[in-house]
Amino acid sequence: MMLTSRTKNLYQEVILDHNKKPRNYRVIDEPTHSAKGHNPLCGDRLDLYLTVSDDNVIQDVSFVGDGCAISKASASIMTTLLIGKSLEEAHEMFDGFHDLVTGKSEDDKALNNRLKVFAGVKDLPARVKCATLAWHTLNAALENKDEVTTE
Amino acid sequence: MSVTFEHKKNGINTENEMKRRIAEIRRDFPILNRKVNDKPLVYLDNGASTQMPKQVIDTISAYHTYHHSNVHRGVHTLSQESTDLYEEARETLKKYINASSTKEIIFTSGTTDSINLVMHSYAKKFLKKGDKILVSNMEHHANIVPWYMLSKSHDVEIVVIPITDSGELDLDTFHDLLDDDVKIVAVNHVSNALGTINPIEKITETCRERGIITVVDGAQACAHLTVDVQTLGCDFYAFSGHKMHGPTGTGLLYGRKELLDVMDPYRGGGDMILSVSFDEIIYNEAPFKFEAGTPAIAQVIGMGAAAKYINEQDKKFIHSYEQKLLEYATDKVSDVPGLKIIGTAENKISLISFIIDGVHPHDIGTILDEEAVAVRTGHHCAQPVMQRYGIPATTRASMSFYNTFEEIDALVLALKKVTDLFDVN
Repeated sequence: MMLTSRTKNLYQEVILDHNKKPRNYRVIDEPTHSAKGHNPLCGDRLDLYLTVSDDNVIQDVSFVGDGCAISKASASIMTTLLIGKSLEEAHEMFDGFHDLVTGKSEDDKALNNRLKVFAGVKDLPARVKCATLAWHTLNAALENKDEVTTE
Repeated sequence: MSVTFEHKKNGINTENEMKRRIAEIRRDFPILNRKVNDKPLVYLDNGASTQMPKQVIDTISAYHTYHHSNVHRGVHTLSQESTDLYEEARETLKKYINASSTKEIIFTSGTTDSINLVMHSYAKKFLKKGDKILVSNMEHHANIVPWYMLSKSHDVEIVVIPITDSGELDLDTFHDLLDDDVKIVAVNHVSNALGTINPIEKITETCRERGIITVVDGAQACAHLTVDVQTLGCDFYAFSGHKMHGPTGTGLLYGRKELLDVMDPYRGGGDMILSVSFDEIIYNEAPFKFEAGTPAIAQVIGMGAAAKYINEQDKKFIHSYEQKLLEYATDKVSDVPGLKIIGTAENKISLISFIIDGVHPHDIGTILDEEAVAVRTGHHCAQPVMQRYGIPATTRASMSFYNTFEEIDALVLALKKVTDLFDVN
């Protein structure tokens, strides 16, 4: 069936795949950091778990939760990118991603290809919070906050 | 409810005649002509807000153009005209819900404001520690949160009336819950999340026998059912202008006069007093003592115009048409793979809440919007309903008398695009 180009842009194959088969979808029993993310508008919820080494490298990251395809795929893809990254690299990645989905930056050359699939979000302001929920939750976990809401 | 379309009684002999009448109604609603994403708008979010006919828009515009001034104050012509128009709206709405007096019609900013008024002016004064308020499991937050606030400040208990799997009030349990501590029963006339029409008359009858006050949230009923507060037998009835083809920022609280007379004002200020000195303040009588400050004059007049518009329609025709739409939509959406309707009560307004296996309602809403189909997705400000069914959210298509069978087809086609994309079988 004919879909609009915006729909096709937003719901790319990669996003649909991660929605259906989220990676690192599990609980880490003894995480060094964790936080709960909540988007009250659509009811998206996710619990994020991290194991960070003493020299600030992310050893493991996982999530569980319920949400729309955009938020779930974003969380799933985020976890696949973060393992082995330093906290500094993780923050830089979030900044680049945030600029992409809010349409602040056209220059996304530095951005990881797997994050670029979310470019379609910038046309739909109501969905930006879905795409960034996992990342905001990551920030909260690293700052030792228990809970974050995106409104 | 079995629905037979009363072709003959209404003198409507053919489907074409029905379609002609709906096309005529649609011409009154200019917004229905607009496009979204270059496609004709299919507006199925009437549960959130109904569209205004040009009769309402013109009335509001005429007020702003010719009559605007403050009400109940000046002796000049404009102020008298404004006052007359404002009080005419009260008269129209009195008739709209068949109240016995305009003194029972209080203008508020909406259903939420109306229920808060009852909580502050009635419940805070007359309920005491240990009293109970029964609230149904299918209430909108507007009929939960004010009572929750009261329970915290006045140590009263909230007891939940459960609902059945099909989304009907569990009346047996309701009767079991009634004891001498129950002072208020708060229920909606129609559920915004499920579409269920509740048996208000049965509930109020039981409550009257026991001296329990009934607070009915009529937000979802006011455009779809003929509301007669005397037949319903409730003590308070609340609804919003924008859910009955009027503007936002208006609402109404009906209260039985004996109750309003003994209640204290909710807010203090201008227009609600008879005299003020630093020694003594004498309040005005109902309804004015509850309408402090300059009201939303233009909007109230618009709400009156909306009531007049609906009153001028053939209500019997509209009600049976909406039931036809519901039947048609219920049947058609069942073709969508993985779709399950939430709320299958016997008596429903033309509203369908549903989930689709493996697809979050938010994704459905975005894709439907691309197809110019406007629906509501989320918890519908009724999170306890979602909890009852163990789901985070639903998609809701809520229809009005201006919707068509073709628009239902457009909804179903768009839903099939969703299930195709998400590979739902």
